[in-house]
Amino acid sequence: MDEKFDAIVVGAGPSGNAAAYTLAKAGLKVLQIERGEYPGSKNVQGAILYSKALEEIIPDFRDDAPLERHVIEQQMWVLDDESYVGSTYRSAEFNKEPYNRYTIVRAQFDKWFSKRVQDAGALLVCETTVTNLIMDGQRVIGVQTDREGGSVYADVVILADGVNSLLAKKAGFHAELEPKDVALAVKEIHFMPEETIQSRFNIAEGEGVVIEMAGKITQGMMGTGFLYTNKDSLTIGVGCMLSDFKQQKITPYLLLEQMKAHPAIKPLIEGGEMKEYTAHLIPEGGYKAMPKLYGDGWMIVGDSGMFVNAVHREGSNLAMTTGRYAAETIIDLKEKKLPMSARNLALYQGRLEDSFVMKDLKKYKNMPEIFHKNNQFFTTYPELVNRAAHTMLTVDGVDKKTKEREIRKSFKQRRSLFGLMGDAFKMWRAFE
Amino acid sequence: MIPVKVEEKLFQNRYRVDSGRPHINIKNPATCQSECKTQECTICCPAGCYTAEGNGQVVLITDGCLECGTCRIICTTYRNVDWEYPRGGYGILFKFG
Repeated sequence: MDEKFDAIVVGAGPSGNAAAYTLAKAGLKVLQIERGEYPGSKNVQGAILYSKALEEIIPDFRDDAPLERHVIEQQMWVLDDESYVGSTYRSAEFNKEPYNRYTIVRAQFDKWFSKRVQDAGALLVCETTVTNLIMDGQRVIGVQTDREGGSVYADVVILADGVNSLLAKKAGFHAELEPKDVALAVKEIHFMPEETIQSRFNIAEGEGVVIEMAGKITQGMMGTGFLYTNKDSLTIGVGCMLSDFKQQKITPYLLLEQMKAHPAIKPLIEGGEMKEYTAHLIPEGGYKAMPKLYGDGWMIVGDSGMFVNAVHREGSNLAMTTGRYAAETIIDLKEKKLPMSARNLALYQGRLEDSFVMKDLKKYKNMPEIFHKNNQFFTTYPELVNRAAHTMLTVDGVDKKTKEREIRKSFKQRRSLFGLMGDAFKMWRAFE
Repeated sequence: MIPVKVEEKLFQNRYRVDSGRPHINIKNPATCQSECKTQECTICCPAGCYTAEGNGQVVLITDGCLECGTCRIICTTYRNVDWEYPRGGYGILFKFG
């Protein structure tokens, strides 16, 4: 493999596929390297696919992409030990084509996306791990792989190698991730008949439900749980900040097991056949934790660049969008016959700044810090809210005014008046 | 606490183990044994790859590894985990992901 390419893309997840597809479609000579047996075999996601980001790349994706269910209902639960207070948004609007979001199974979806990438003309090599970037001074000129004679060269290398991004670290482009900047999520997939899912979640064929959960299930850690409906399976998982796992010494699969045993969750997954258990890190450090995104001959896209909006549970859409922007930057420079220098690749940063990607990440830049320092949002409040609901909804001869007074008292006891006001201010600051 | 064996979960997964070539190694086992008091790797690894022995030793068996990266990032004090991806094609092979 002593050939030279216009671009090498490391990784065949959403960001790598978006980049390779866009480049190949524009006629560039692209090599994509994937360490798994097939694209998707190393990849983990919840998984929700937001249509928009993919539509921008493959407008007709709905024709043959393996989509599980389109989401018509979003629930948010705040859990105590035995109860939850929840909100539901369900709309017939979400039942009109083109659908806005879908549940997907990543191994199947990534395989499909990769097929499209190859059809567009990119060369994909699987079962090959990129071990190092090849440098000429400060400039990246190629990659070294674990295949014999496995050095390949290109004008530019796109690092789409996922959250761990060992390559960028080895090259000194960014430091090791800190436990406070990543969430560890574990999940399982449970199979059951389509009809069972439909009757349990009150949905018709093809329709799906998403449940996000916060509160006692994370055992005091900053994080959330989730339950998604696929065609004939459910994915259930929980993710919390790694710094909290470390500090509180909690074992992830025991946390998941306890969540599954919650009286509100257990009946939903009852009778399912568990067929896979996965774990994955999610880069949730946000804007302030982002590494440098480009340099001489290299660019970073997707999870390896910390492109995750933790508040809105967005990641794969940012991955696809950043992959596309990186590719479009390269295409522009190629057309103008300009070199892939840091100065020219800065156009990528510009594209990001002008788009929702950086605007959203900047909007929530204080969020991680505020939540890290105030875990009452994940502990005290869920408990108080559930108790308040219990008090108000229990008919026991106590008048409602007295009940309200009791609830107010319970909030003040746990957080004090200043604490409550401070918390309201912090929430406002986090979301402003 | 609900008793559960992680092995029962991992049993559902598909792996191609690279026998004799673990992709993760403990750099200096003596550090884990005599210096590290917290040994978070033995608690937080989602695949239970790290076991705390009675004598303070930490034993690592990577066969069930899910390649998440937790052990490497969590070892902040001693940075005692040498973590690489498995050779191409080896390791966990997600059927669903």
